[in-house]
Amino acid sequence: MNITEKILARASGRSSVSPDDVIFANVDKVMIHDVSGPGVIKVFDKLKDQGIDTSKLHDSSKVWVAEDHFVPTAEKISAENIVKLSEFTKKYGIKKHFKYGMGQYGICHTLSHEEALVSPGEVYVGGDSHTNTTGGLGAFACGLGHTDVAYVLLNGEIWFKVPETFYFKLNGKLPEHVMAKDFILKIIGDIGTDGGAYNTMQFGGSGIDEMSVESRLTLTNMTTEAGAKNGIIEADEKTIEYLHQRGATNINQIKSDEDAEYAKFFEYEASEIEPIVAKPFSPDNITEVRDVSSIELDKAYIGSCTGAKYEDLLAAAKILKGKQVKIRTEVLPAAISIYKRAMQEGLLQIFIDAGAMVGPPTCGACCGAHMGVLAKDEICISTTNRNFPGRMGHIDSQTYLASPLVAAASAVTGKITDPRDLN
Amino acid sequence: MKGNVIKYERDNIDTDVIIPGTYLKIHDYNELSKHAMEGLDPEFHSKVNEGDFLLAGKNFGCGSSREHAPIALSTCGIKAVLAVSFARIFYRNSVDGAFLLPIEIDEKTYQTISNNDELEINIEKNEIKNISKNETYAIKPFSEIIAKIISAGGLFKYKK
Repeated sequence: MNITEKILARASGRSSVSPDDVIFANVDKVMIHDVSGPGVIKVFDKLKDQGIDTSKLHDSSKVWVAEDHFVPTAEKISAENIVKLSEFTKKYGIKKHFKYGMGQYGICHTLSHEEALVSPGEVYVGGDSHTNTTGGLGAFACGLGHTDVAYVLLNGEIWFKVPETFYFKLNGKLPEHVMAKDFILKIIGDIGTDGGAYNTMQFGGSGIDEMSVESRLTLTNMTTEAGAKNGIIEADEKTIEYLHQRGATNINQIKSDEDAEYAKFFEYEASEIEPIVAKPFSPDNITEVRDVSSIELDKAYIGSCTGAKYEDLLAAAKILKGKQVKIRTEVLPAAISIYKRAMQEGLLQIFIDAGAMVGPPTCGACCGAHMGVLAKDEICISTTNRNFPGRMGHIDSQTYLASPLVAAASAVTGKITDPRDLN
Repeated sequence: MKGNVIKYERDNIDTDVIIPGTYLKIHDYNELSKHAMEGLDPEFHSKVNEGDFLLAGKNFGCGSSREHAPIALSTCGIKAVLAVSFARIFYRNSVDGAFLLPIEIDEKTYQTISNNDELEINIEKNEIKNISKNETYAIKPFSEIIAKIISAGGLFKYKK
C-alpha cells in the first residue's frame, strides 16, 4: 500500500484498503474557521429541529478553531460570526481556539504546521478546501463542507472512497530563482484543474527531499487546484525536526511500501522548471513569466496560506531589499508567529522601506473577502492560489498567480517580471 | 422529477462564480440564494423556477469547500445539476447535505440538451426524458454509497 492507503486502512480498522473501497475513517483532527464554523452551527440548528442530539461533540480535544477569513472583522455580519464561534467553542469545551489579537493567530492551514497541530500519519479534515496543505507533513489531510464536518464533530468519523494515487517525482534541486510555487503551477498546467480530481497527489524524489518543509506545504496546498482529495509527502528527518521545534512529540513516520501501487506516474527535472505564472482565469492557464513580461500591473499581493509563510516573505524581501515598489504592494504574513519572526529579522522593515503595506494575518483579499480586494479592470500579481473570475474582487478584475520571487520582482518594475531580469 | 433546463455552455464553473467569496459570511439561505451564480449571471435567481435543472460542462463546482454553493442553488429552486463531471467537494456537499442531485451525463447528452428544454429525470431508472425533444438519455449511475445517502435523505439519515 502507498502512504494514503496505509493511513486510511489504519483509520478504518482494516488490514488493507484498495482504491474505490468505501470506508468510514476515524478522524484524528478537525478544523473549523469563521466561515465553516458558523456553517456548522447552522447544520447543528437544523439537526436539533430534526431531533438529533447535538449536545456533545464526539471528542472536543481533537477540534481546533481558527479565525482567518473575515478578520479583523470586516463588518457587522463577520463580527457576529466571530462572536458565534466563541459561543460555540465555549459551549462544547474546545480549548484550541486561535482568536485573532489573542496570542497566536493566523490562517488555519498555516497554524496547522506552525503550531504542529497535525502529525504525520493522522487523518485530518477541515472545513476548508485548502486543508490539503497539511498533507505536506505526511498526514491524510482533506477538505470537507459544513454537513460533513458537523458529522465528524458529532460522530468522530466520516466516509471516504479510497482514492487512486498519482505520483509526482522531482529529480534534483530547483534552481535559485524557481520556487515550489512554480513547480506546482507547472503540474496544474500539465494536468488541468480536474487532473487530480478525486485522487491523491503524492510527491517524492530527490527534489522533494531537498525541499524545506514550507516549500513542500506549497505543493500540497495547491493540489486543491487540481481537484485532488489530498496531497501528501512522506515525513522525513526535516519534517520531524520541524515539528519538534514546534513542540510535537511521539511523531510517527509512515512510508509507502516498496511495492506500493500508483495509478499514474509523472517525472520532472528540477533544472528544467522555469518561473511560471497562471494567467486569468484559471490556475491551469500557465505560461513562463518571460512570455508575459509586457503585462502592466496595478498591484502585487503577497499573502495567504499558499504564499506568505516565512520562506515566502524571505524570498520577497531578498528582491525588495533596497528597492522601491512601482505599484501598490501588500504583504500579509500568514500567521502572527511568522509576522513576529519577519519583524525580528528585519523583513518587515525591508517591505515598509520599499513602500509596501504590511497587514495582519488574514485570508483577506485572497478569497475576495476584504482588505485589498480588486476593482473593475485592475490587474494583480498574487502569491495566492486561485484566479477564477471575481476571486479577488470585481468580476472584471484579473489575477496572475505567481511565486513570491516573481510577485516581488513585478512589484519593483510594475510589470510581470522574471526575478532573473531584475537589475 | 420534472423541470426546465438552465444551460451554461461552460466547463469549470467554480465556486467563486456560483457564490462569490464576499458572501461567505452569510449563512441565511434565502439571502445566499439571491447571489447564486452571480459571477456568471446576476439575473440567475430571478430566472429559476422551483424544480429547474442547471446544466453545465466539465468539473462543475471546482474550487472551494463552501457549502454555500449547493445551498444557494437549491434555495433558488434548483433540484439537480446535470454536468459532464463534478469537483469532489461540491459533489459530496450536494449529496451529504441533501441539497440537490449532482447528475453526471456524457458529453453528447450535454451538447444535445438545450436551454429551456423540459426534462423528466428518473434516478431509479438512470434515465432522463427530454419532453421538449422527445428523446431519452442515460445518466451515469450513482456509486453505491452515494445512492444510499441520497435515498436516506442525506448523510445524517444514512445508517451504515
